[in-house]
Amino acid sequence: MEKMNDYMTKIEKVELLSVIMEKKNALWRLVQICCAMVNDQYEVTYSFANEYEFENYRLVVDKDEEVPSISRVYNAAIFYENEMHELFGLKVEQIKTDLNDRLYRIDAETPFKKEADK
Amino acid sequence: MAKRSIVPFGPQHPVLPEPIHLDLVLEDETVVEAIPSIGYVHRGLESLVTKKDFNEMAYVAERICGICSFGHGMGYCMTLEDIMGVEVPRRADYLRTIWMEMSRLHSHLLWLGLLADGFGFESLFMQSWRIREAVLDMFEESTGGRVIFSVNQIGGVKKDMSKAMLADFQRRFDEMEKDVRKLTKVFLDDYTVKSRLEGIGILTREDAIRRGAAGPMARAAGIAVDMRKNGYAAYDDIDFEVITSDKFDSYGRCEVRIGEIFQSFDIIRQCIQKIPDTEINVAVKGNPPAGESIVRIEQPRGEAFYLSRTNGTKFLDRMRVRTPTFANLPALTQTLQGCQYGDVPLLVLTIDPCISCTER
Amino acid sequence: MGQFMPFAGQVLKNLFSKPATTKYPFEPKKYPERSRGHVEIQIEDCIMCGMCMRSCPPGAITVKKPEHQWTINRFDCVQCGYCVEKCPKKCLSLVPGYQTPGSEKSVCVVQQPYDPEEEARKEAAKQAAIKAAQEKAAAAKAAKEAAESQA
Repeated sequence: MEKMNDYMTKIEKVELLSVIMEKKNALWRLVQICCAMVNDQYEVTYSFANEYEFENYRLVVDKDEEVPSISRVYNAAIFYENEMHELFGLKVEQIKTDLNDRLYRIDAETPFKKEADK
Repeated sequence: MAKRSIVPFGPQHPVLPEPIHLDLVLEDETVVEAIPSIGYVHRGLESLVTKKDFNEMAYVAERICGICSFGHGMGYCMTLEDIMGVEVPRRADYLRTIWMEMSRLHSHLLWLGLLADGFGFESLFMQSWRIREAVLDMFEESTGGRVIFSVNQIGGVKKDMSKAMLADFQRRFDEMEKDVRKLTKVFLDDYTVKSRLEGIGILTREDAIRRGAAGPMARAAGIAVDMRKNGYAAYDDIDFEVITSDKFDSYGRCEVRIGEIFQSFDIIRQCIQKIPDTEINVAVKGNPPAGESIVRIEQPRGEAFYLSRTNGTKFLDRMRVRTPTFANLPALTQTLQGCQYGDVPLLVLTIDPCISCTER
Repeated sequence: MGQFMPFAGQVLKNLFSKPATTKYPFEPKKYPERSRGHVEIQIEDCIMCGMCMRSCPPGAITVKKPEHQWTINRFDCVQCGYCVEKCPKKCLSLVPGYQTPGSEKSVCVVQQPYDPEEEARKEAAKQAAIKAAQEKAAAAKAAKEAAESQA
């Protein structure tokens, strides 16, 4: 775990579930999960809030790596995780309700995914 | 054993102004599960950041949605002002606050109209929209557009309001407030309307936290969270209370939104009294430095989240907008579980869905 | 228990009052002064720099410098006003009055009056000036080299 600035903390994949459980037990709510594709890597940002406190956790994974799903802890994550999978092509392990690419009813497959050397 | 069937709801439905699709799993008349799907108006505005430079993106961000357009432009500009270290002049902050509250006014009046339409009270719907029209007229007079305002820029706002204009607006808001007070009596006191709203779509406090509900949806569940209390723009100078309800049902959500209409009148009044006389924008030169910023603002529909990530060029790496409706989708599926099929349109309406926002 | 028929007053009032709407096509709409309707150009002041073309978010404007033409596709224009802000000569303006719907797609072409001969003469003069400058530079370079080789 490494603090990047006062509201952003960088975490490793193995730490993710323990961080999430900690937040869940302290009754924080999930604000959002954001995926960005930078330098051929995915940056996944998990944001949590409790009243006016606000914290973000960033996970950087390689293009073909899988990210553990947090939808079993935070039900609301289902939609964010499906969205990341459908728009960016990020692989999320075992989403609680996998909508099978049918959250966004669009023709293009993973439209926001940036291919290398482009 | 009751018979199970799946009923598709939307994307075309009389109650929906915008397309959302729900697969409703029914057991007789009771909804067991609801699975939403969107994407009918997906335009990929977030990925336009790689093609439009950071100044042009302010105009693109505004066009995410037709109702919360001011907030989207403001949220995006605030992220870039944070990255570039620009101090916005105080008058611009006040003008932004006034326009933001006017957006809230017209959004909530629109919602009241749609709600009335949802339970079949057409006359009430028209009265709400008649009052709302006056807000749009004021927008056109002050910014030049009724829906898309194009007044936000990185470093401030583009258009000023003169003293005479502010005084005129104040007079019109006072008149409007009387009208709205008469109207909201019907929503809150009418026997028929009450019986249609009370006890429908219960979302408890625990569920609201678990499902990550935002905005009036969360406040109607008793969670006092309002991003305006974070004190962006001029809200740190304004005196206001977070409006909550302990009713947890559709009536509670209606009550919270009506309370916020009057709160908006009050905030606008305070702003007009306190507005200082300074510049309205500062010039911003050069490309933004590499950096990242997160801004959360309170849109009419709830807490909206903006993230901008710059890399030192004039194009951004990523712009992320998480709109309140997306956060309220899980809460919607929660309230739909166990409700009657006939209540589905009303429940979809009570989250104040803005699908164009959600899909971006 | 709620109130019974609180809306009745409004209903009665509606019966005896004028409609809130205007009879639009017969009564023309008055636009406020700031209304952003459409983009207009003062073509005499335009220097054909193309800033508006490059800044336009939907790409509605094209500027053809050789032909002295300024073209706008009014159906693409979103009336954001960025071109007006970017114009170095301030010859663009947003004025009230919206684009009316049409049955055909069309673009609005504004031709800047210009004299082709004058243009050719200017171009020739410019070329001559460039050539002269180049020759001068070459001569200076040669002189410098000569001086260096002597030293």
